[in-house]
Amino acid sequence: MNHVANPTGIGASVKRVEDLRFVRGKGRYTDDIRLHGETHAYIIRSPHAHAKIAKIDTSRAAAAAGVVMVITAADLAKLGGLPCGWLIHSKDGSPMKEPKHPVLAEGKVRHVGDSVAVVVAETLAAARDAAELIEVDYEPLPAVIDMSKAAAGPALHEASPNNQCFDWHIGDEAAVKDAFAKAAHVTKLELINNRLAPNAIEPRAYIADFIQATGETTLYTSNQNPHVIRLLAGAFVFQMPEHKLRVIAPDVGGGFGSKIYHYAEEAIVIWAAGQIGRPVRWTSDRSEAFISDAQGRDHKTVVELALDKDGKFIGLRADTLANVGAYLSTFASVVPTILHATLLAGNYTTPAIYCNVKAIFTNTVPVDAYRGAGRPEATYLLERVIDLAAIETKRDPAELRRINFIAPSQFPYQTPVALQYDTGNYGRTLDMALAAAKYKDFPTRRAEAKARGKLRGIGIANYIEACGIAPSAVAGALGGRAGGYESGAIRVNPTGSVTVMTGSHSHGQGHETTFAQIVSDKLGIPFDQVDVVHGDTARTPFGMGTYGSRSIAVGGSALIKAMDKIIAKGKQIAAHLLEVSDQDVVFENGAFTVAGTDRKKTIGEVAFQAYVPHNFPHDKLEPGLEEQAFYDPKNFTFPAGTYICEVEIDPDTGVTKVVDFTAADDFGRIINPMIVEGQVQGGLAQGIGQALLEHCIYGADGQLLTGSFMDYAMPRADDLPMFKISTTDTPTPCTHNPLGVKGCGEAGAIGSPVALINAVVNALSEFGVKHIDMPATPQAVWRAIQTAKSKT
Amino acid sequence: MYDFDYQRPSSMPEVKKALATSTDAMPLAGGQTLIPTLKQRLRKPAVLVDLQGLRGFNEVQSVGDKIVIGAMATHATVAASPILRKRLPALAALAGGIGDPHVRNRGTIGGSIANADPAADYPAAVVALNADVVTDRRTVTGDAFFKGLFETSLEQGELITSVHVKLPEKAAYAKFPNPASRFALVGVFVAKFKDGVRVAVTGAGPTVFRVKTMEEALAKSFAAAALDGIAVPASGLNSDLHAAADYRAHLIGVMAKRAVAACS
Repeated sequence: MNHVANPTGIGASVKRVEDLRFVRGKGRYTDDIRLHGETHAYIIRSPHAHAKIAKIDTSRAAAAAGVVMVITAADLAKLGGLPCGWLIHSKDGSPMKEPKHPVLAEGKVRHVGDSVAVVVAETLAAARDAAELIEVDYEPLPAVIDMSKAAAGPALHEASPNNQCFDWHIGDEAAVKDAFAKAAHVTKLELINNRLAPNAIEPRAYIADFIQATGETTLYTSNQNPHVIRLLAGAFVFQMPEHKLRVIAPDVGGGFGSKIYHYAEEAIVIWAAGQIGRPVRWTSDRSEAFISDAQGRDHKTVVELALDKDGKFIGLRADTLANVGAYLSTFASVVPTILHATLLAGNYTTPAIYCNVKAIFTNTVPVDAYRGAGRPEATYLLERVIDLAAIETKRDPAELRRINFIAPSQFPYQTPVALQYDTGNYGRTLDMALAAAKYKDFPTRRAEAKARGKLRGIGIANYIEACGIAPSAVAGALGGRAGGYESGAIRVNPTGSVTVMTGSHSHGQGHETTFAQIVSDKLGIPFDQVDVVHGDTARTPFGMGTYGSRSIAVGGSALIKAMDKIIAKGKQIAAHLLEVSDQDVVFENGAFTVAGTDRKKTIGEVAFQAYVPHNFPHDKLEPGLEEQAFYDPKNFTFPAGTYICEVEIDPDTGVTKVVDFTAADDFGRIINPMIVEGQVQGGLAQGIGQALLEHCIYGADGQLLTGSFMDYAMPRADDLPMFKISTTDTPTPCTHNPLGVKGCGEAGAIGSPVALINAVVNALSEFGVKHIDMPATPQAVWRAIQTAKSKT
Repeated sequence: MYDFDYQRPSSMPEVKKALATSTDAMPLAGGQTLIPTLKQRLRKPAVLVDLQGLRGFNEVQSVGDKIVIGAMATHATVAASPILRKRLPALAALAGGIGDPHVRNRGTIGGSIANADPAADYPAAVVALNADVVTDRRTVTGDAFFKGLFETSLEQGELITSVHVKLPEKAAYAKFPNPASRFALVGVFVAKFKDGVRVAVTGAGPTVFRVKTMEEALAKSFAAAALDGIAVPASGLNSDLHAAADYRAHLIGVMAKRAVAACS
């Protein structure tokens, strides 16, 4: 890597090139694409949470004006189910229950919104009109909604009579028992992690286009990982070879995890387009999104922390019920297990940890990864129980955390729950946050607020995140059914510009800018000469896409590997042109130079010779200057940090206002500080939304009571304070990837909810309130105050 | 939405004629409730009679000791009206707090009160100010206008043409928004006239209502402290996942005090 200041290189806050089209409304999203002769699909969805389908009569709909075809499960008999990408084994060694997730409901519906039938018509209006003519006879069954009562309810799936998907555990149960036996203090807390609706601004949208002449299908999809979708749809649902299916994820308006998965509607449009030989399109509306996009979180946990007399954590036990909804979505099984319980060491030296997770089927929308995916749940329960322990043992919450930190000298640090942290400096981010938040002066601010009739509270949370699920062999050993690598190809074009082809995907992260910065930095060519191609299986090498804050750490590293190959080849070409030996050539500032001289060939000159090889070492090299690399990480990366939230509560109404928020993150090396700050801001907004506002609530009958923005409260700008974010300081670069990067996309959503709830509880401390579940709505806070008052 | 006929007449007689063409004819003002309802296929009018073609029904004017607000005046027009901002800022502020800029630039005062959404803001002002609701047929007092959940004293085909507001000595509106929709979970409009005080509550019950105990206390002493100890019973109040009836009852007291404090 060269270290000459490059205004568009690594570390520069280059403005996002993709914003030129996004902020002017020029993005090209799936729904913007119009194909000749296209048809419109409309999905008939179940109004019941749980019911047998006695009969479906589609005859009137099939005969209605403008209808091209009507589809029910009977038509799709040859299709496979939507696959789950991670096999979890229960503690007794048995594999998880993996009932078929059919494209259309087969004899039974299992959640409100379950897809039952499809009308394909000339217009969307005709499809909707015809949909009203479809008669479905349902025989309703009792709905299973409450996880703790699921075993007693009717089975959703024959394969799982007690509605349990798996009963998994990790850690040393006996060691934890011993720790609790000798503990000086035990803090116990029961909490929920509230279910969330992802609500990407662009709803899911799909178009399938079947070309009869070649037998090829192109799927346009609002999705985070087009190659994965091609694999899942092609290999599992359709048994269609890769070369017959092209998947394009064009501009995508936000994913947050909800667009990782292979959804029924993708399979529907692919199948229908193949049947009718015309393009078929489907775009979700917002109401459909609430009942068909995979939702997030929904854990119920009892956590216990054992401390010795000095406040050292000696044991942690967590017992979690995780809702997976009605069917196993693509990564539903890994979220509450591998991505959750392995994080329970947090930033601390707790020597004994045990976690049991029971995953439960319920008559609700499938639950899967949502920004943070397991790690927010782990951080929430750990940092809540630590805060409560600080109250109970009368210790400062910052200091209790500090005395339990893994010290910088202890890295690499093997936790008792499988992960090995490569590096970190948690005291440093704690100090940074405490200073920025003016923690010491808080009592003055609390007194000032009290004089105004407000209850002010401060809350601290540390978090650690594991990004870039890896290495592949370990993921496989843990049940992963896919690799954890990423691909990258670098094509130096004949005139010296560069085309980057990545298997990663950008749907808000800014890859077109940051990936170009990495290339500009390494190859020393102008940023505007780099074009980043992503989101098309026909134009990019096979890659795993974007989720889990992996893109820079894994995809960026693949680019470095590919560029290393470019430089190695370029040196040989330059050596030939300069008539020196390969070893005499060094590459710096975009030129191949004979060491110690001013004789050089620019990368453009080398590229030209590579493609017009008149003077070229044909005996040693092939023409061209294009290299591809696959990077399989050696380990997860471990971003960590400290968040401090300050709130003011109006005791008359229960309204909580976030008045200050400080984030001190250690993301390792930063490619673009401005983009990283934006990622943190967005994550904080989502985390504050979870803690204060958002909640998917199902009635006992399985109806979603928060099925629109009238009842599902999203965070708005005026719910948020001005954030104090530190992203330029890099305490500890990642030790095992070539960029030293760790990933930043989810941190904000992981660390913020618990910092906020800790602040709310702190604000309510005068009433003796010990805990409040998320979301801390005005009514919930007011009621907590009333309940506490009535007890005193 | 389902198919319907669409008409956009430019005079009141033409509007009436269009509305008379079918028993399933519906007037369309700002469309902030009706259009989403149509999109969800929950209404199926035969004819939609768009009132946007009418002229002269969207102004705010001073007429004698009253302010006359045209039924088609948008919330944005009311919020920005120099007359209201000077002489009845509480009403301008109420309008400025409805929905978001999109809603305020489409929604109308006539449409809002004719719809009588239990969580709408305007009904609190209409009742607290005892405004006259003038229709194409008659004048209805604020007290007599709202009958229940989405129910008013309007007859089939009757159209509001304007709202006539008497000026109070002091007035203020305090709203506690639903965290999701930002409709009023509880909204309290307090108006002090020479001959008494009126307190009207929206959002909390099936329709807007007055709180006589608060009015009497404030008539004796127009100060927030005068409301100390006055509890509104929770029975009959709305209860939903955002606020149970007891919380709404409590918020009425808090918002009433805040409105009184804002009056001074």
